[in-house]
Amino acid sequence: MGLVAYGKSLAEAFANAAYGLFSLIVEPNKVKEKESRKVTVQAQDAESLLFNWINELIYIFEVERLLFKSFDITEFTGQSLEATCWGEKYDPSRHQLKTGVKSATYHMLKVDGEKNRVQVIFDV
Amino acid sequence: MPEKWTGKLEKVDDYRWRIPKSYKSGMRVDGLIYASEAMLDDIRQDRAAEQVANVAFLPGIIGYSLAMPDIHWGYGFPIGGVAAMRVSDGVISPGGVGFDINCGVRMLRTNLLEAEIHPKIKQLMDALYKNVPSGLGSEGKIRLRHGEIDQVLVKGARWAVEKGFGHREELETTEEHGEMAGADPSKVSGRAKERGVPQLGTLGSGNHFLEVAVVDQIYEKDTAKTMGIDQIGQVMLLVHCGSRGLGYQVADDYISVMVNFIKEHNIQLPDRQLAYAPLNSPQGQAYLAAMKCAANYAWANRQCITHWVRESFCQVFGKSEKEAGLELIYDVCHNIAKIEEHDLNGRKANLCVHRKGATRAFPAGHPDVPAKYARIGQPVFIPGDMGRLSYVLVGTEQAMKESFGSTCHGAGRVKSRAAAKRALTGQEVLKELESKGITIKTGNLKDLAEEASEAYKDITSVVNVAHNAGISRIVARTKPIGVVKG
Repeated sequence: MGLVAYGKSLAEAFANAAYGLFSLIVEPNKVKEKESRKVTVQAQDAESLLFNWINELIYIFEVERLLFKSFDITEFTGQSLEATCWGEKYDPSRHQLKTGVKSATYHMLKVDGEKNRVQVIFDV
Repeated sequence: MPEKWTGKLEKVDDYRWRIPKSYKSGMRVDGLIYASEAMLDDIRQDRAAEQVANVAFLPGIIGYSLAMPDIHWGYGFPIGGVAAMRVSDGVISPGGVGFDINCGVRMLRTNLLEAEIHPKIKQLMDALYKNVPSGLGSEGKIRLRHGEIDQVLVKGARWAVEKGFGHREELETTEEHGEMAGADPSKVSGRAKERGVPQLGTLGSGNHFLEVAVVDQIYEKDTAKTMGIDQIGQVMLLVHCGSRGLGYQVADDYISVMVNFIKEHNIQLPDRQLAYAPLNSPQGQAYLAAMKCAANYAWANRQCITHWVRESFCQVFGKSEKEAGLELIYDVCHNIAKIEEHDLNGRKANLCVHRKGATRAFPAGHPDVPAKYARIGQPVFIPGDMGRLSYVLVGTEQAMKESFGSTCHGAGRVKSRAAAKRALTGQEVLKELESKGITIKTGNLKDLAEEASEAYKDITSVVNVAHNAGISRIVARTKPIGVVKG
């Protein structure tokens, strides 16, 4: 299972990929933007940055049980990213989880800086 | 949809197909796929065979880049893949183990017959569902003291037994005794431990399950009897799960380490997910030590779950463990890399055998096979999909000779999870299974469709190839009567 995300900028494509990730996990319109969390990731190149970004969000969801639905990327260099992510704590009475996403993979992972397009396949 | 694979496959015999190393520049050895002619169409539907060829690029690979008959498209490595590397100058790749490190299966026997448990099957499934935490977002009921996770990572199943989850004898009939030596918790990130602590003793989701099954065929009477499989109609219990978030995090952490290694050394690979480091490098050694921790966690996990399965069973039928005859036949893992001794042109050599969706299948008399099974060989369990049959096999000399002591691990997907969901709803799958007399418990009906029979290859054709090729022998077959789907 994977996704292709686009944006007006590469940063927006990264934000949209994150939205796509959470839309696989839970119905996005069931998630309220109640709290925010700053996320910072770094990597050697844009591909690894995408891998780390997705896996950072999976990690935060698993450990802190935070479901996100909006992502404001405040800084983006292609090797580092800073974002404010909005969402709320997982509440089993309101959120039916759809898919268990184990991880992003590097398999067929693509970052196209010209078309502002990213592609990632998840291990589910 | 992935494009069809039209690469070269040379017929070796009825069950073996070779991808010659001339197929692609960079292959160090040939690829070899175990399959019947009838299975080739399915195999060519996606890029799994290309992945077999890609694995042949890895330094130090010996013999063939192998694919078991349940081969399907994975990430980087194919699922159903086996690759053995020389320890001296070869590499280790986290992608060759997979995200769910030591995902595996164990089978328990009982003294009960289907007729005896039938009136209470619903109660049994309710008890199993209640007592074994399962499903997305579930947390376990085990509370670890601060730092105790490190004990779990070093001792594996023995940690669980020492805590009162099961019996010491069960360690004898668990691959590696449920405790791989050389596990070093300092090589496991704090993040992995954070994910692992609340999830110990949980089944997880996806294709993980608990199954109540009934023996429906016995092919080798004496071999089966040695395992405690005595008669048709006898009730068996299966547990299929792995290392949960801890294993996924170890995989993530070390894939990143290996990707950096590849980049620093300017190594070109057909797929970054194949990223590796030499076994004899600090990165390779660190991954191996961390992977062993995750493997041990998975064995502790299955051991705890086994205890609750046993408790539930005894409770529902009002029998003691002894009366119920609940014994662990064996526990096998099917996502792992191991340093093993194999014959290489008449000489013993230490190899790092990656098994990703493949099961160890050591023969009778091998020192790593428990004394109890020294005469018959190591038991292997091949669970089918939810509505279908599962098989019990044993390892063979032939496996030792040609597949580094490995065989298949399951049915193998033919439909992606998403495609399976489009084709059938969870409700339809539930109805179909109930009409076959199978009781299902799940917290996530929607995802039931992902595991529909139609999503998998026919398990019988998969094990028949493994049997006919001689890399394992079919001993018995079971059919499900109740499933808790994670």
